[in-house]
Amino acid sequence: MNAQREVRSASKTRHRVLLVSSSGGHWTELRRLAPAFDQCERVWCSVLPEMRDEVAPDRFLRVPDANRWNKLRLLWSALCVVWVLLRVRPHVVVSTGAAPGFFAISFAKLVNARTVWIDSIANAEELSMSGRNAAQTATLTLTQWPELGTPLPSDPSARQPGEVYFAGSVV
Amino acid sequence: MIFVTVGSQLAFDRMTQAVLAWARARQRTDLFFQTGASSVDCSGFAASAMLSAQEIRARFDEATVVVAHAGTGTIIECMLRGTPIIVLPRSAKLQETRNDHQFGTARRFQSRQGVFVAWNEEELAALLDRADSLVGGASIAPHADEQLLSALRRFVAEKRAGR
Repeated sequence: MNAQREVRSASKTRHRVLLVSSSGGHWTELRRLAPAFDQCERVWCSVLPEMRDEVAPDRFLRVPDANRWNKLRLLWSALCVVWVLLRVRPHVVVSTGAAPGFFAISFAKLVNARTVWIDSIANAEELSMSGRNAAQTATLTLTQWPELGTPLPSDPSARQPGEVYFAGSVV
Repeated sequence: MIFVTVGSQLAFDRMTQAVLAWARARQRTDLFFQTGASSVDCSGFAASAMLSAQEIRARFDEATVVVAHAGTGTIIECMLRGTPIIVLPRSAKLQETRNDHQFGTARRFQSRQGVFVAWNEEELAALLDRADSLVGGASIAPHADEQLLSALRRFVAEKRAGR
């Protein structure tokens, strides 16, 4: 514990990772990624106040949820996500969907963050619409079903922009 | 206790009503219904439209069988506990959700131990008749598989863009 703290304080370069999703299954899936970022500063962003306790002591920021049927709310949610990005200034943005995560991936270039879209495991037969759109801007797009993506190459320079990759699942 | 849950977003009256009809026919009362915003009459049974995160955890903990829509959050909660789950996928045609992704989810998860798929209300009743003998799978880990975690660790460690 102490050793870990020393390493962290010694290194001014600890990555700040913003994890964003809506509620329900998206949030359940997102939280299962937490150990991947144990060496990072994790900041969570989602839509329900009770989620704060579920990720404590990590920082939690709440944004309004929205879906594509309510345009005004969608716009408000997008603005709140931009505000979160400007406040947190993450190095990496990770999302399992849906709307708030899509906005975070779309606007991450404002703070020069690299982005990972992990399409929900609920999309077992085709990528979600948000996922197909996110693939246009995300640094890395992953599906959780091997049938829907190509195996992720270990060499990052072998990755193609816009391509959908498979590298395991949350379950 | 059979925990019947529609998840956090929309009601799912077709499922709620099918389970109620089964319980009344079999004179079972050991059920708890989480129905969402619904006008279905659950009198005679423990029921609630919505549950807090804390209450929902308690219901999952005490359930011997869960009946639910084919939502990944609910399926994962059951797999964590090794609790058998019966899922009825929501249909877009019946306006129970906006597309048929739950059919895909159900098809993929039915190969997992402890996940039982009812493709319609009749199959749901038949599975409920077996409820007391359904067996869950082994409890899964509380985190994603190691392949995905290490792919994400590698991604973070790659050079930062322009910083």
